[in-house]
Amino acid sequence: MYDTSDIRKGLKVLMDGNPYNVIEFQFVKPGKGAAFTRTKFKNLLTGAVVERNIRSGEKLEPANVDQRDMQFLYKEAGDLVFMDQTNYEQVTVSADLIGDAVDLMKDNLPVTVLFFNERPVDVSLPTFVFLEITASEPGVKGDTSGNVQKPATVETGATVNVPLFIRVGDTIKIDTRTCEYVERVNKQ
Amino acid sequence: MESVGDRHLATIRFERGDAEVLADPAWQPGDLIVEHEPVPGEGYPGYALVRRYAGPPYPGPSTEVARLPRPRLRALQQRAKALAVTRAYFAEQDFLEVETPLLVRSPGLEIHLDAVPAGGGFLITSPEYQMKRLLAGGLERIFQICKCFRGNEHGPHHSGEFTMIEWYRAGASLDAIIADTEQLVARVVRELTGTTQIPVSGEGRVWETFTCDVAPPWLRMTVREAMQRWAGVDVHGAEPAAELVAKCRAAGIPVDDHAAWDDAFFAAFLARVEPQIAQLDRALILHDWPAPLAALARRTPGDPHTALRFEAYVGGLELANAFDELVDPAEQRVRFEDDQRIRRERGRAVYPIDDKLIAALAEGLPPSAGIALGFDRLVMLATGAASIDQVLTFSESEL
Repeated sequence: MYDTSDIRKGLKVLMDGNPYNVIEFQFVKPGKGAAFTRTKFKNLLTGAVVERNIRSGEKLEPANVDQRDMQFLYKEAGDLVFMDQTNYEQVTVSADLIGDAVDLMKDNLPVTVLFFNERPVDVSLPTFVFLEITASEPGVKGDTSGNVQKPATVETGATVNVPLFIRVGDTIKIDTRTCEYVERVNKQ
Repeated sequence: MESVGDRHLATIRFERGDAEVLADPAWQPGDLIVEHEPVPGEGYPGYALVRRYAGPPYPGPSTEVARLPRPRLRALQQRAKALAVTRAYFAEQDFLEVETPLLVRSPGLEIHLDAVPAGGGFLITSPEYQMKRLLAGGLERIFQICKCFRGNEHGPHHSGEFTMIEWYRAGASLDAIIADTEQLVARVVRELTGTTQIPVSGEGRVWETFTCDVAPPWLRMTVREAMQRWAGVDVHGAEPAAELVAKCRAAGIPVDDHAAWDDAFFAAFLARVEPQIAQLDRALILHDWPAPLAALARRTPGDPHTALRFEAYVGGLELANAFDELVDPAEQRVRFEDDQRIRRERGRAVYPIDDKLIAALAEGLPPSAGIALGFDRLVMLATGAASIDQVLTFSESEL
């Protein structure tokens, strides 16, 4: 069990059966009153943030959570298979956990998989991925004003809206949180 | 190379942060910059500024050249100056500076404080018991600047070891202590900053150009007024805990069903009153505390439900706590026994009652008023520090 002196950013605790991560905390002690730690917790499953005052002497239950760096191997029906490169252990995760960004995942993509009670419950992708354009109509010359975009297909098969100057063979940076084009990058 | 005292330092070499250095009135051309190990988190990687102290003169060595990161050197200088100003104030007021033991057999019994065990006894949480024995022994005006220790207190305004200024006036009322507080704080802030206007900043405060004036006289408000005005809770002081819980809930403040009286009070106070105090543009004396929060204060004559106690707030920071001291040995013993019982019920360490203090009260403590003022917090206010760690010589995390 943790007590209030253990509270720090990143501490994983179990409350009402859910795993939470401490994201903010502050010690409060009125002159003649009881001390407590005003703490903000983020639900690791839903992302919801709650604030609770933890009184000195109160206990917090540690959550059995583990974050492991893994590598994306391949898709299999509606599932994704990841591998832990340290021990070559493989886990299968439902694609639903990832949402639309699943279509931006290339083989070998490094991710962080969150395990709660030994079960994978969340997958964090890198914020940006770099993918090559495999198909796109050429842009109409002269039509470069405003924010005109056209659809383009990237190497993973996903369709992304890109500016008109993007051509087949370009590599673009995509934000995995929004699945939107960020910029064109020079080929390394 | 330039020689200062018996040390040899690299010649001035303005590198990074030139503009800031030159714009800072405390640092002048001629300051020295020495090569320095990079300090994580400090502003001048690879260099540290060192120089002779150039502020207003203060007693003690003023030509020290230190090889320290600049923010730490500043903090040390400001502390030394604030200490000197404080001692000068009390000397003018004809106070005797005293030093009572830090290691005692019986630390404060206050319900919400944990003492740190040491050497078969405890480190003091405050020097009040021994200072009151000196009052009972006939001293009339005494002050002390000492370290106090409190277990499990760490935060932006709390350190387990901190410095307290504590003073007492025998035969005086709280008005004299209020006057001391106003003058002392205003003087320290003025000496350190050149003004009595303290810029208020910090977490949860949204304004940017806000200042709190510590020039006397300070605002005064009773606890009952503050709770009525800002929390919408009428605290009488005689109501049972359940009734206060109901009052808080009626005002929309969430409180546990079985909350103790003081917990219900502080739920409302912290949620509604403190944020408002933090927005005042002048320092505040919050006085006449409800009897359940009397601690070691005397009951108000004619009103048994409040106690002669005040807290001083500057820019939302609680700076000091004062009592018109309880001098009745019988009542003192009852309060100590109550504190012991409550500590036992709540599963906290139960400390022995200080019989020597009770005996001193029985011998005769004159009517007296006294106060404890957090010295580190005063320096924080005068230097604009957001965290107490910034004004400590070494914070706990640096040990």
